[in-house]
Amino acid sequence: MGASDFANLPHIGESVRRKEDYRFLTGAGQYTDDVVLANQAHAVFVRSPHAHANVVSIDVAAAKAAPGVLDVFVGADVANDKINGLPCGWLITSTDGQPMKEPPHPILAQGKVRYVGDHVAMVVAETLEQARNAAELVEVNYDVLPAVVDVGAAQKAGAPSVHAEAADNHCYKWAIGDKAQVDAAFAQAAHVTKLDLVNNRLVPNAMEPRAAIGSYSRANDEYTLYVSNQNPHVERLLMTAFVMGLPEHKVRVIAPDVGGGFGSKIYLYAEDVCLTWAAKKLNRNIKWNADRNEAFLSDAHGRDHVSHAELAMDKDGKFLALRVHTDANLGAYLSTFATAVPTILYATLLAGQYTTPQVYVEVDAWFTNTAPVDAYRGAGRPEATYLLERIVSRAGWELGLGQDEIRKRNFITTFPYQTPVALQYDIGDYPACMSEAQKLADVAGFAARKAASAAKGKLRGIGYSSYIEACGIAPSNIAGALGARAGLFECGEVRVHPTGSVTVFTGSHSHGQGHETTFAQVVASRLGVAVDAVDVVHGDTGRVPFGMGTYGSRSISVGGAAIMRALDKIEAKAKKIAAHLMEASDADIEFVNGEFKVKGTDKMVTFGQVALTAYVPHNYPLDKLEPGLNETAFYDPTNFTFPAGTYICEIEIDPQTGETRVDRFTAVDDFGTIINPMIVEGQVHGGLVQGIGQALLENCVYDKETGQLLTGSFMDYAMPRADDFPHFEIGHVCTPCTHNPLGTKGCGEAGAIGSPPAVMNAVLDALSSVGVKDLDMPATPHRVWQAIQAAKA
Amino acid sequence: MQVQLKVNGKAVSLDVAPNTLLVQALRGNLQLTGTHVGCDTAQCGACTVVMNGRSVKSCNILAAQAGGAEITTIEGLAQPDGTLHPMQAAFKECHGLQCGFCTPGMVMSAVDLCQRHPNASEAEIREQLEGNLCRCTGYQNIVKAVQQGAAAMKA
Repeated sequence: MGASDFANLPHIGESVRRKEDYRFLTGAGQYTDDVVLANQAHAVFVRSPHAHANVVSIDVAAAKAAPGVLDVFVGADVANDKINGLPCGWLITSTDGQPMKEPPHPILAQGKVRYVGDHVAMVVAETLEQARNAAELVEVNYDVLPAVVDVGAAQKAGAPSVHAEAADNHCYKWAIGDKAQVDAAFAQAAHVTKLDLVNNRLVPNAMEPRAAIGSYSRANDEYTLYVSNQNPHVERLLMTAFVMGLPEHKVRVIAPDVGGGFGSKIYLYAEDVCLTWAAKKLNRNIKWNADRNEAFLSDAHGRDHVSHAELAMDKDGKFLALRVHTDANLGAYLSTFATAVPTILYATLLAGQYTTPQVYVEVDAWFTNTAPVDAYRGAGRPEATYLLERIVSRAGWELGLGQDEIRKRNFITTFPYQTPVALQYDIGDYPACMSEAQKLADVAGFAARKAASAAKGKLRGIGYSSYIEACGIAPSNIAGALGARAGLFECGEVRVHPTGSVTVFTGSHSHGQGHETTFAQVVASRLGVAVDAVDVVHGDTGRVPFGMGTYGSRSISVGGAAIMRALDKIEAKAKKIAAHLMEASDADIEFVNGEFKVKGTDKMVTFGQVALTAYVPHNYPLDKLEPGLNETAFYDPTNFTFPAGTYICEIEIDPQTGETRVDRFTAVDDFGTIINPMIVEGQVHGGLVQGIGQALLENCVYDKETGQLLTGSFMDYAMPRADDFPHFEIGHVCTPCTHNPLGTKGCGEAGAIGSPPAVMNAVLDALSSVGVKDLDMPATPHRVWQAIQAAKA
Repeated sequence: MQVQLKVNGKAVSLDVAPNTLLVQALRGNLQLTGTHVGCDTAQCGACTVVMNGRSVKSCNILAAQAGGAEITTIEGLAQPDGTLHPMQAAFKECHGLQCGFCTPGMVMSAVDLCQRHPNASEAEIREQLEGNLCRCTGYQNIVKAVQQGAAAMKA
């Protein structure tokens, strides 16, 4: 079935209330920490208090002798059992042809710790309290070394080396685009806009901290890992094939209800392996649940780029070329997808919505004594959008063009469009998003609102951001050629039961996105059954055939497409059964709204009759057709999808205090076909708050001297709260994706991608009247006030 | 030590260590795992329950301090036949939850908020929910749910 037919089915575009909500609203959700296994012990990790140190010795004798302690594991135990380090899933090749530096990433420190929170030992005891008390008794003798926490310090000559394998802390230098062409375009430019900017480091902070239970059955020699994770099959593949050398069929990974992920629960973490490994050694089920402070220290962080950008234009503000250099902080070790974020997922987006004919991007990636950095909601695309949309607004101001005008002069309007940075956009309508956003934002009324603010002594500014992102990363063969060490398809199984109800097994994982409802709508609409007659199963390698999980806003466009392919097979087989029942030819059968009809006659059988016949095959073509109605499909996309939109933010600033508030925010997105508008808008709201949070509130800070994490709790790290935001205006434009069967593009990250530059452009627009020209995120009252004072001086 | 409580309408007697937090007693001793722990600094509000008619963060109070109290957790909010409380129903209707982890605390806070401020404005609701963090919803639909729940609770 094609995308245009799909969009017209019943239930598509309906805000069906969520099937999963009842359990969450009654306290019946089952998050990992709610799972209590028999014979369950508890683990506590001893973590490094130093950013960089040699581990001279570890004395575990007192801890082992403490009440209730079952064992204490250290790096030497890992080495003895030949447990490998954690793998990195994406190989980046440097411009000189050399592979990136890939130092080992041990699950427990091998003689050296490299960030505050690095894993030194694991204590397992009968109770959590006993494990905590014993962890205090582990005596580690550290030889403290100087630390580097930012990309500036890491690349200085004589900087401390985080890894011997990369003595200069340099992981790779990567580039994309034609430098000679770009340089030539700059030589011809009538105007060049230059900008330095910092994309601030963030802590994902899903509300459920990471948690896991390692479980082992000696009877079957089988492991089960319960883990708060976004992609259980990938977790299993990485852990069995790369780290522990276990056969996959002996390991089951269950990611039950998961309390948010935002990228931070994609990865295979040291704790997951430690628990699985120790479960067999102790023949016990072992639970670990991160405290929030552990989450701050050890979850993979996001962003942390320092960039310089230059945009060349002709006299009319037409973009001729973009030149970018970015230093990316990868942290102390390479997390699962860390290396792809500042390269493949970042630089390829720097054409944005514009016809810029030449783009050249160079990226240097650095090791530092900080927690690993990896994908966080948007992963590379927010960094690209922030850079591009900041420099575009600045270019407009320098040329005396409005933020809308400079964008409109450069919008891509014909599709498909091949960018100079590898991507080919299939479809979009950028001017339509802009004009819809301007209408919803009441841009015409801005001047009056600005005057009203001025009358109160406040500064008001307006900021635009026209973002594009790439979702559903694919196809596997091209990603493989670019360094991906995994496939990027998805799997779906549709099991029709004899009475016509349906269970769907998907490799996508829902941790807030509402797949149990949206995917049920897809299946119900195709088969003509009630949404309530369809249940969706996810998050269990023991029940779902295979899967690559949920990240990069891929679930509906890749996971949903796999289900659509399985439904095609179901429909084809069901038509044959229906044809047999009605003594007609297969080719004459139509399937509409749950009814099979013989074209041009009034003969009809229902989907329910066909389902029953498939399982009670008495009147059935057994010579030609197997009984049953159960189909599995794998789907590997032919291209990315390209959601895009325009966001407009209005900021009001009190110049006396620096207090900066978002007064109005409008988001217009093109997500292609929308299956459940209520869920899609919820995704946008959540993304906006994370993006506006980055722009105004959130900042992860390490002490430059000691490498201590200064923002290690909700007391120090400013999480967005309900009273930090106005009511958001949300609008949509729809150009359906041309290459998947649903026409969908993905909506999970757009809000976090498009909003930071809209906010910062509004802040700078407001501050232009007091002479402030530049400001980095987060625009806290303190920073804004300081910028105003500095401009006065 | 022994602590007597009334939890979701039922009298219970708990044998707990003196340093046991109320949330630990609820989750561990009573297996009421709907009350969640999202931080260690009493900032996130995931552990919010209603104690003697007022919302409290159960991570920030000892079980012993709750002796004699009447406590309602998220498990005790719906009717015995499973019919949702008007606030729970409003959260579902308005899509006021995504991953569901902050939801029990958010709903308990909202019930208390509406009892104290039945006519709260949007701005007042946002301010009153300052003690409950949600990372998924962007709060907009939570605010809408609280408005709708407040109206339903008055009806």
